[in-house]
Amino acid sequence: MANKRLRTVELPEHPDFLWTQKSPKKSYDAIIVGGGGHGLATAYYLAKLHGMTNIAVLEKGWLGGGNMARNTTIIRSNYLWDESEGIYEHSLKLWEGLQEDVGYEMFFSQRGVMTLAHSVSDVRTKMRNYYANGVADIDSEWLTPAEVKKIAPVVNISDDIRYPVMGATYQPRAGIAKHDWVAWGYAKAAGDMGVDIIQNCEVTGMIIQDGKIQGVQTNQGDILAEKVALVGAGHSSVLAEMAGFQIPIQSRPLQALVSELLEQVLDTVIMSGMVHVYVSQAHKGELVMGAGTDAYNSYAQRGGFHVIEHQLSAAVELFPIFERAHLLRTWGGIVDTTPDASPIVGLTPVENLYLNCGWGTGGFKGTPGSGWVMAHTVATGQPHELNKGFNLNRFKTGHLIDEHGAAGVAH
Amino acid sequence: MSKVTFKFDGKKYKGKAGESLATALLRNEVLHFTDSAYRDRPRGVIGLGHEEPNALVYVDSGAGEPMIPATVVPVVEGLVARSLSGAGYLPDTRDHSRYDKKYKHVDVVVVGAGIAGLKAALENAKVGKDVVICDEQDRPGGHLVHLGQEVPAELLAVLNLPNVTYLPRTIVNGLYDQGYSVAIERRTDHETSKVSKQKARIRTWHFRAQQTILATGAYQRHLVFANNDLPGIMLSHSAATYVARDGVDVFKSAVVITVDNQGYRDAIRLHNAGVQVNAVVDCRQSASGPAVDAVRAAGIEILFGKTAIDACAKKKKGTVKCVNVGNLDGTESACIDADLVAVSGGWTPTVHLATYIGVKPKWAPELAAFVLPAATKWLSSVGMVAGDFGGDDSPAIFFGPAQTEEQALSAYVDFQRDATLRDVRRAIKAGMQSIEHVKRYTAIGTAHDQGKTSGTITMGLIGAALGKAPDEIGSLTFRSPFVGIPFAALAGRERGQVADPVRRTPIHALHEGAKAPMEDVGQWKRPWYFPNGKEKLHDAVLRECAAVREGVGVMDASTLGKIDIQGPDAAEFLDRIYTNMFSSLKVGASRYGFMCGVDGMVFDDGVTTRLGENHFLMTTTTGGAAKVLDWLEEWLYTEWPDLKVYCTSVTEHISTVAIVGPKSRNLIAKLSPTLDVSNEAFGFMENKYADVAGIPARIARISFSGELAYEINVEAWYGAHIWESVMREGKEFGITPYGTETMHVLRAEKGYVILGQDTDGTQTPMDLGMDWIVSKKKDFIGKRSFTRSDTARAGRHQLVGFMPVDGQVVIPEGAYVINAADAAKPAPVAHTGYVTSSYMSAALGRSFAMGMLANGAARHGEQVAIPFGGKVIMAQVTEPLFFDKENTRRDG
Amino acid sequence: MLNIPCPWCGPRDETEFHYGQEAGVAYPENRDEISDELWAKFVFYRANPKGWHAERWVHSAGCRRWFNVWRNTINHEFGESYKPFEPQPKSPA
Ligand SMILES: Cc1cc2nc3c(=O)[nH]c(=O)nc-3n(C[C@H](O)[C@H](O)[C@H](O)COP(=O)(O)OP(=O)(O)OC[C@H]3O[C@@H](n4cnc5c(N)ncnc54)[C@H](O)[C@@H]3O)c2cc1C
Ligand SMILES: [Zn+2]
Repeated sequence: MANKRLRTVELPEHPDFLWTQKSPKKSYDAIIVGGGGHGLATAYYLAKLHGMTNIAVLEKGWLGGGNMARNTTIIRSNYLWDESEGIYEHSLKLWEGLQEDVGYEMFFSQRGVMTLAHSVSDVRTKMRNYYANGVADIDSEWLTPAEVKKIAPVVNISDDIRYPVMGATYQPRAGIAKHDWVAWGYAKAAGDMGVDIIQNCEVTGMIIQDGKIQGVQTNQGDILAEKVALVGAGHSSVLAEMAGFQIPIQSRPLQALVSELLEQVLDTVIMSGMVHVYVSQAHKGELVMGAGTDAYNSYAQRGGFHVIEHQLSAAVELFPIFERAHLLRTWGGIVDTTPDASPIVGLTPVENLYLNCGWGTGGFKGTPGSGWVMAHTVATGQPHELNKGFNLNRFKTGHLIDEHGAAGVAH
Repeated sequence: MSKVTFKFDGKKYKGKAGESLATALLRNEVLHFTDSAYRDRPRGVIGLGHEEPNALVYVDSGAGEPMIPATVVPVVEGLVARSLSGAGYLPDTRDHSRYDKKYKHVDVVVVGAGIAGLKAALENAKVGKDVVICDEQDRPGGHLVHLGQEVPAELLAVLNLPNVTYLPRTIVNGLYDQGYSVAIERRTDHETSKVSKQKARIRTWHFRAQQTILATGAYQRHLVFANNDLPGIMLSHSAATYVARDGVDVFKSAVVITVDNQGYRDAIRLHNAGVQVNAVVDCRQSASGPAVDAVRAAGIEILFGKTAIDACAKKKKGTVKCVNVGNLDGTESACIDADLVAVSGGWTPTVHLATYIGVKPKWAPELAAFVLPAATKWLSSVGMVAGDFGGDDSPAIFFGPAQTEEQALSAYVDFQRDATLRDVRRAIKAGMQSIEHVKRYTAIGTAHDQGKTSGTITMGLIGAALGKAPDEIGSLTFRSPFVGIPFAALAGRERGQVADPVRRTPIHALHEGAKAPMEDVGQWKRPWYFPNGKEKLHDAVLRECAAVREGVGVMDASTLGKIDIQGPDAAEFLDRIYTNMFSSLKVGASRYGFMCGVDGMVFDDGVTTRLGENHFLMTTTTGGAAKVLDWLEEWLYTEWPDLKVYCTSVTEHISTVAIVGPKSRNLIAKLSPTLDVSNEAFGFMENKYADVAGIPARIARISFSGELAYEINVEAWYGAHIWESVMREGKEFGITPYGTETMHVLRAEKGYVILGQDTDGTQTPMDLGMDWIVSKKKDFIGKRSFTRSDTARAGRHQLVGFMPVDGQVVIPEGAYVINAADAAKPAPVAHTGYVTSSYMSAALGRSFAMGMLANGAARHGEQVAIPFGGKVIMAQVTEPLFFDKENTRRDG
Repeated sequence: MLNIPCPWCGPRDETEFHYGQEAGVAYPENRDEISDELWAKFVFYRANPKGWHAERWVHSAGCRRWFNVWRNTINHEFGESYKPFEPQPKSPA
């Protein structure tokens, strides 16, 4: 520890103007339900790439206040199956130019993401992932415990812990970003292009005629639209039900936590599915951590404390230097989990009504890609090649895209 | 109180044992405590406890603290601390303190041992309820402790009742569903500056209470005016407490800036303690009440309709010199000298705990505060947090005067984040209207103190700017914990080898004695291989494999899950669960079976033995045992209650020692002289009961290697005896213990799959080339899914063998397979399969592999390419069977 | 840490239980006849209401029995619990 008092990094200020709070017009060419990251990105790409600016984003609360405000911001694309590699890698490529494209600082930091393996079979599973990424030309490395230690000296690689580190996959291009800045960047850019951003506007029903969407009912009155996109994350089941169909989603609490601001000790992102912990140290110095989902369905945005305790016991095992750090704040989001841990992005049984959900515990990284393919889908009425596989039909045909991996959570 | 010596920022000081570090430093005239995080502003203490935003310290001594307010650090002999500027350090040394946990069911938890809390505890204790009462302070009394007053004896008595547990220095940190709460008791830091060997430093309490009563009181807030952060500007209640109770005498003169009658009470305390109070500046037009009268009587000047507009610092010291007092609109201001500017900005009830479980505090304009609404089923509140301010406070709803752009730059809202009125104004101008947005735009409320003093102020300022009441701009949900908790405390004793339970077989000690490295399989420890001296995995496995194929090997198979299934409908039940038929199994015989999920994908396998007409013993994979038992019971309870079947986990009841290899028959004959071991009398997949090494055993002729093999099953506690006997009696046959790795190679040579290795939850039995295991005669779970279009599709990935053209190359497991035509293409390149198992085979004298290949069953003979490690190797696709294709060896 | 009312044992901590999603989803009788669509409903689709939810739990670390219970997914409040095949009590809503 240095003798001089540590000074933390101060983030730059947000711009002088972000968006104006609009009241809804009578009708729009398209309405996006849900002002989270995915909804805002959809609006942005619709306006920017498809020239659709007579559109509105309806958000029932405050913009970006759902999972977008609550996630641990891990970004990576080293998924297992082709479909996932396709959409997440497209997303990562967009991330790589996003700050310039949108014109907003997002603290996108390609500090690498390491996924630890703790048993012989865990190593085997992760190895497969590593090779899958290799043939797909997604940057991926295999690290020995010593290499893990070199990149992240705070990791305990000794044999003397319950589940020792036996290796890791590492994606150097992966990393983190600042969620609020991402949401606000998209919102501002969309607003600047003429998209109406309407907060405190809860969609309460769908106006459907002859199997075709006509608009939505809201607490601010009916709003008509040619097309409607449902991008409600944790609330997707509720939205689908308004439109008269069911989706294979279960809404679960997912919790995360931060410590106080601390001197930088970790400059990469570390995930461990087997002991359920993932951690990064944010720009200002707080440790940001997440765990597995709580077991039951919930819309309460909170979970059980035992999940946090369990996670911290795993954390101090893997990172003994974290012992003294303080748990400063915990919170929960509502994640929309699917049977195969892959999203649902595409058409619905209702004409001109589109659905984007099921990103579960791992959709922050997908924000640009999700918005991009969703914009394509809404604008053209057809899924893009990249989201074709993520249709609702797969639960009928059995063509699942199972990204559970060996152990649970896929962040 | 005894005098002690402590160190702060490298300097030695004297203090009184037990007082807070902040008190001791104030007494030692440390007003300029630190500099702010971003703006380098000199800062001093403003608060009394966890609300303190400025005086953060790093504690070197004892267990150490990376960052904690000096207001809650007890002074003890040898304490070493240093000031921080909003960010702490993690020293790279281990904390050897102990942390433990307690769980308690109780009728009532009372949070806060102030008067209101003590009363509530008394009421409940009187009617015989079990009560726990926690308080963060080291003694009961809450506010009275600040005032240095005695708690009435009849209230204090409650703490001695047998049905009352009083926990001082204990903070209830979170409130959860159905009366669950978590509290942190600090047990040693007030006694010693060393790591305590005897006592747990922190105890984490988990309460489940029928009733939880919040008596958490309130924090005072400051006002937002220019330079309101100068050292010497403090919350009035804190300042008066330091001066009047603790005898801090650094302040000679004071001005009180107030919005309520609390300011008057504090003015009197200061005055009585000998501080010259130059004025009480009240933003209200008038005030009345005993405290006001007392101030008048003391001859202290009262300025109504005025407030602080700005403050000036002493040139050298940087502490406050005078406060600029004027009209609320900022006009007509003039300076009044003071070493201490005591600010009473109103009370913010400590509603935090309740908000996390969804209680929305309501705005009480007459109290200028958010208070908790009426009780819910199990949660109620008393005292200030419930809006009972107990008197005549009559606060104005006022958060600060009008400020110019210039003034707003130094009018701090959140001291720790250096966030100012100017930041709030910018946020609103930028379009932010919700408190959550402003918070994020400005970082207010996100620091160590979690906005304890700044939260309501921010809402008030936004409301004022937008012409709305504070509750119209959203509501703050405070997240648990209420104050920071060391990670180590929450990890408790779930550390090291007991972080997760370890399961060991009864033979484990012998394996350790043999220096076998262990493989973690689920929670089980299994010998991975048995090295000869310094032998490495690769060599050991080749040796072990050869020994099994040529002589006899022994393996501890006790970890396999075992489920005892009994009842008149057991056979019918198994027919529904397994893809193959079990009702046709003869008593005394065993059969290998597959289970699928309803989605038709294989999820567990194992051998099940019919021990009696209505009695089966199922084995499962080592890692899958619990999951399978759950699965069986789910179907029995929720779908087929008419089936009379009972399932019991007996995994730990039985030790299983497998002896495997051509010489296993000689060995079993030697171990069990009464057993007829001839192939005719004891055939493949049959079971016999006989004594083995003097112990009653069930011997099963089961093979997972293709070799002649016997599994000796005994009561668990005889496991080690059997193992030792096998090792001893097997010596003449060259008995060789082997581990999981050799087991994997042997089975792979025979093309037997390991679930979880060769499968990943996306394979049907047909994908694995095991159509034979799928009964056409009956229904079973998952069958319906086989006809779904994708599942029934031709060309799915199917299990095949991969023979590297170069038999010395072992393909890494997990490697992806591409078409031979693409061999020279750089990535990205389309793949056609992947390798799941790959080994060097002693028996084959070469490497081999298995894996999944698109349309694989039709591609035997084809060459494919496998890129890895910067090269591409070619392999031949074969059937997934490599050794003893005619199955000649299993009968010896 | 929910406090879950097991109808056999009484209220117990959540960590003793496993979750079983929507209650009362029957294994289709006529499996061979129903469409892939209906079959998919059984395999993958479960109710996910915001509000009162009739759901299944199993008391794994207790009596090991399954049961059903009403629970509000907005605030985690429990309603009545009932045993498998008992008639479902009315929603507390
Ligand atoms: C604790 C936690 C940690 C996570 N960590 C990661 C991570 O490290 N990496 C990663 O990639 N992902 C992570 N995720 C997942 C990620 O946050 C989500 O997948 C992603 O944010 C979902 O998309 P979104 O941003 O659009 O969702 P949201 O922000 O939830 O947006 C949905 C919006 O729809 C609104 N809405 C719902 N119903 C209605 C209605 N009827 N009318 C109007 N509006 C409505 C909601 O209010 C909400 O604002 C994490 C999630 C959580 C909770
Ligand atoms: Zn029970």
